[in-house]
Amino acid sequence: MNISIETKEKDQLITVNISGEIDAYTAPKLRESLFQLAEKKESVIIINLSGVTYMDSTGLGVFVGVFKNIRSNNGQLKLLGLSSRLMRLFEITGLSTIMDISGQIEGEVS
Amino acid sequence: MTQSFDYIELKIPAKAEFLSVIRLTLSGIASRMGFAYDEIEDLKIATSEACTNAIQHAYTSNEHGEVIVGFGLYGNRLEVMVADNGISFDFLAAKQGIGRYEETDSVEFLREGGLGLYLIESLMDEVRIHNKEGVTVFMIKYLEGEQVERDVETIST
Repeated sequence: MNISIETKEKDQLITVNISGEIDAYTAPKLRESLFQLAEKKESVIIINLSGVTYMDSTGLGVFVGVFKNIRSNNGQLKLLGLSSRLMRLFEITGLSTIMDISGQIEGEVS
Repeated sequence: MTQSFDYIELKIPAKAEFLSVIRLTLSGIASRMGFAYDEIEDLKIATSEACTNAIQHAYTSNEHGEVIVGFGLYGNRLEVMVADNGISFDFLAAKQGIGRYEETDSVEFLREGGLGLYLIESLMDEVRIHNKEGVTVFMIKYLEGEQVERDVETIST
């Protein structure tokens, strides 16, 4: 498997660490894990992407879908630790203006 | 004028598990040619997107075809060709409803797909799509400097 997904849940706060490559092969696994988490009402889901070495539109599609589900359940989604490459992908597609994304990781956020 | 070039071709089963193999090969070729890190990453995404389209189409039409990826290595550019196995689909229809998201898009109506072609066009210097006896995506990325010179030529009067 080229992707690893670790999840921690504490009350409404869910943190997810993703590492590896997100493409058409690994996206279904990612989609399954994240959509399950997005079912919870009023949750705050923080996803750390600092371990992601490759991502394309299939990954963006998963995050857009998860974002929609979380919002419809009155929750929040934050993507952290985006590399400059991932940041570029969100900027080109216009998603950076819609979703809450950051190049920093949790500990660095003041 | 005929330019000499080296040609490398890969033929993979139309299965997503082989996308990473295409990217690895492409990385090797592009770094051998002297492309910079960011350009190699752009090439990886564009080529993967084209292959994903070909694979997904082959899969939904329930045919286990093959995808052919050809690399033309020129002195000033890399040409990448992705062809599915003669399975034709309506590329113009696929191109409709693609493009970037706008800040004003309401969240519940955000599209969850259709970004692949948009990314290919954003990341490559030239893109041509042929839809005859299957779909062939033909893409060019110039080595740094080459494209700039061409642009300067057209701008200066």
